[in-house]
Amino acid sequence: MAGLATSLGAGAATNSLAQMPDMDTLFLFGSNPTEAHPIVSIYLKKALSNGAKLVVGDPRKTWMARRSDVWLNLRPGSNIALLNGLIHVILKKGWENKEFIKSRTEGFEELKKKVREYDLKKTEKLTGVPEERIIEAARLYSNADKAMIVYGLGVTEHQTGTENAMAIANLALVCGHIGRPSTGIMALRGQNNVQGASDLGPLPATFPGYQSITNPEVREKFEKAWGVAMSPEIGLKSVEMLDKACEGKFKGIFILGEDPAQTDPNVHEVRRALSSLEFLVVQDIFHTETTKHAHVILPGASFAEKDGTFTNGERRVQRIRKAIEPMAGKAEWQVICEIAAKMGYPMSYNHPSEIMDEIAGLTPIYGGISYERLERESLQWPCPTKDHPGTTTLYTDLFSRPGGLAKFMALDHKGSGEVPDKKFPYVLITGRIREHYNNGSMTRRVKGIMELVPEELLEISHADAKKLRIKDGDMVKVSSRRGEIKVKVKVTDRSQPGNVFMTFHFPEALSNFLTSEHRDPIAGTPEYKSCAVRIEK
Amino acid sequence: MPEKKIKKVKIDGRKIACEREETILQAAKKAGIEIPTLCHDDRLEPYGGCRLCIVQVKGVVRPLPACTTPVTNNMEVCTENDIIRRIRQNIIALLLSNHPNDCMKCEKTGDCALQDLAYRYDVDSTRFEGEKWDLPIREDNPFISYEPNKCILCGRCTRICNEVVMAGTIDLVGRGFNSMPDTAFRRPRTIDNCEFCGQCVSTCPTGALTDKKGRGRGRSYEMKKVRTTCSYCGTGCNFDLNLKDGKVVKVTSAYDAPVNHGNLCIKGRYGYDFIHSADRIKTPLIRRGDSFHEATWDEAIDLIADRFSGLMKKYGNKTVGAFSSSRCTNEENFLIAKFARTVFKNNNVDNCARV
Repeated sequence: MAGLATSLGAGAATNSLAQMPDMDTLFLFGSNPTEAHPIVSIYLKKALSNGAKLVVGDPRKTWMARRSDVWLNLRPGSNIALLNGLIHVILKKGWENKEFIKSRTEGFEELKKKVREYDLKKTEKLTGVPEERIIEAARLYSNADKAMIVYGLGVTEHQTGTENAMAIANLALVCGHIGRPSTGIMALRGQNNVQGASDLGPLPATFPGYQSITNPEVREKFEKAWGVAMSPEIGLKSVEMLDKACEGKFKGIFILGEDPAQTDPNVHEVRRALSSLEFLVVQDIFHTETTKHAHVILPGASFAEKDGTFTNGERRVQRIRKAIEPMAGKAEWQVICEIAAKMGYPMSYNHPSEIMDEIAGLTPIYGGISYERLERESLQWPCPTKDHPGTTTLYTDLFSRPGGLAKFMALDHKGSGEVPDKKFPYVLITGRIREHYNNGSMTRRVKGIMELVPEELLEISHADAKKLRIKDGDMVKVSSRRGEIKVKVKVTDRSQPGNVFMTFHFPEALSNFLTSEHRDPIAGTPEYKSCAVRIEK
Repeated sequence: MPEKKIKKVKIDGRKIACEREETILQAAKKAGIEIPTLCHDDRLEPYGGCRLCIVQVKGVVRPLPACTTPVTNNMEVCTENDIIRRIRQNIIALLLSNHPNDCMKCEKTGDCALQDLAYRYDVDSTRFEGEKWDLPIREDNPFISYEPNKCILCGRCTRICNEVVMAGTIDLVGRGFNSMPDTAFRRPRTIDNCEFCGQCVSTCPTGALTDKKGRGRGRSYEMKKVRTTCSYCGTGCNFDLNLKDGKVVKVTSAYDAPVNHGNLCIKGRYGYDFIHSADRIKTPLIRRGDSFHEATWDEAIDLIADRFSGLMKKYGNKTVGAFSSSRCTNEENFLIAKFARTVFKNNNVDNCARV
């Protein structure tokens, strides 16, 4: 999200899902919505039935790739090269939106200079995508009246994740495809409240609403509201806290509803970090790999047991409502208040609606949101005042950067942190399947789902299966520089030769023993989408 | 693009302003006038199959289906008169002539469009006698029960599967009296031919398609329904948790939800078992050596406060921090950030959005 924030101003989707059916061209990049976001895919399918053209950038032959007008089957990790190449074609052919570039952006000359290096030959060499497909994709996207780029974690879960998102913003800006209905960039969020969790300030550099902790005026506002001095020093990211724990320099962590010991990459290291802490508190609804390392485990309340709000990927703030009492008697918000009070800072709320009122008072983008309004209407932020109707399309007029202009970022192809070699010749891509969710602690407890999808499968191409002399249902050993697992094989044309795919839903065959320690240096996002592995019978 | 032009129509004497492209059914619904239908679902293209929505349009001799007839300027519509009522009664009687009429034990009782229409139009199953289907119930999969005998061939399930989900799991197979929605070669639903999104169940107007897990767990009118937002992916679908005796026994579609309009996927519709799982952590647990011991909230909270205070005192407040999660609410995320900044007095707080 840092990528879009740098280029456009806010780290959020620019449009509403409901606008999707009206677009003319869909550019789907690093996203497999029919599996990971089935209801978003319904909107996209509607656009396709309405006649929208489809360009898919994905190394896997997904449902959407199969139905695309152009499939850009890029090599994992070559996103920037491909996007630069597309812009190269657009500029060469004169398909750019000159008026938009002139009036609403800055930094174009640097970008122009940079993409000049990415001619078709070089782009094809770096990405593996044939020249004619690149030209056709550039034509379909740039010549459309209303075009949307929809991207997923295939863009961000790379060591160049933030830059990949900036490169996507470059492409949209060159064509002026932003700031109009059914025209913009939609980042699909993997978890129910990723957007809200970022919006509401559990981040080392920002207060709620992306207000910088280095801004003295902002700090003063929070000091006044909360009655204590605010530290001006940027805090540590979660991965940094864990790194320091390994070095013995970090001592205590409170983890709320998170399972880094299964879902972080290179989990060996994570587990070592957690066990070197002097004190670890984990609050969750189930025992997880992470709770094993805790000193105190607190029972969490599921979404059915508390009132609150989630913010979805289109910035829509929606209620969850308490259907049953918390099984352990308390919801998380109550527990946080009680610990704070015990440690000398009283926090007291009768109901989560009062927390939302405090949020609204301190967070301009949530300023007009209240439970009372949410009973009557559906609101998308920014919603600054009580009579503001919320915002369906961002940047219709100005970008939320200084000066109101969007910024082009000249970017270089860097590739993945780990590339295949003789010893580890295959690229492992990880992701989700429709039936399961994340660490599986919820879906693995649904009997019917376990009947349908009981175990992990390694998706491998027909060609590679033949080469390795393995067939559907065989057990294989998959190893990387960090670990090895045993897993069953599924031979499928969803995988291209050279690439294999696994989920991360099954602790018995956990792909995150294999995934690499490379991370995006800006956002800290791990490179889940690409690491080198060996496959043996 | 066609320009937006307001049209004025009169339905049952009420003046309604309509935009282009609207059908009589949509215009009437907007004005709160209900026209009966069995084959229509707002999520689907107009179909005109069941003919129950026929209305009388002034100047047109024959009745017209409201679901497929667009409004025209100054159109005058009567949604029900004696003739229309008689036609509707005939249609319902014909449907009931090949229906089990076992409402007493039917899963759908109380929530069945056919039952409601039979009641509203005072029709019973004795009008027409004839051959009836006598096929077994099919439950050869984890989630979807299919009673073909109760199918009225409205085509909603096959259309939602092909038009909306594009899964292509079911279509109408067979001909004439023997046609019915089914999978290719009438095979059981498996992971290879079905997404198990339950969209077909959510649109079925009768008891033909029902949620297997909810069967026998209570009548629709016994359920307390709580509107909420799904806790899986970031799309933000709404649905209704159906509660009986304090337990979530079913999830049903919220057709007026702003994001998903009643559409759900396998996880949203069927992935709720974890709520009442026996594995849930039910009390605070404190580690002693290699094992955990049950504790009261007070003991746990005291210990947490003591230990964190101790660490801050011993090593400095920069050695402690908090992780929050995309799985928690906005309010909880706000509080954990506030907690780090006011209690730990640092900015060592992060969420898993990056991971």
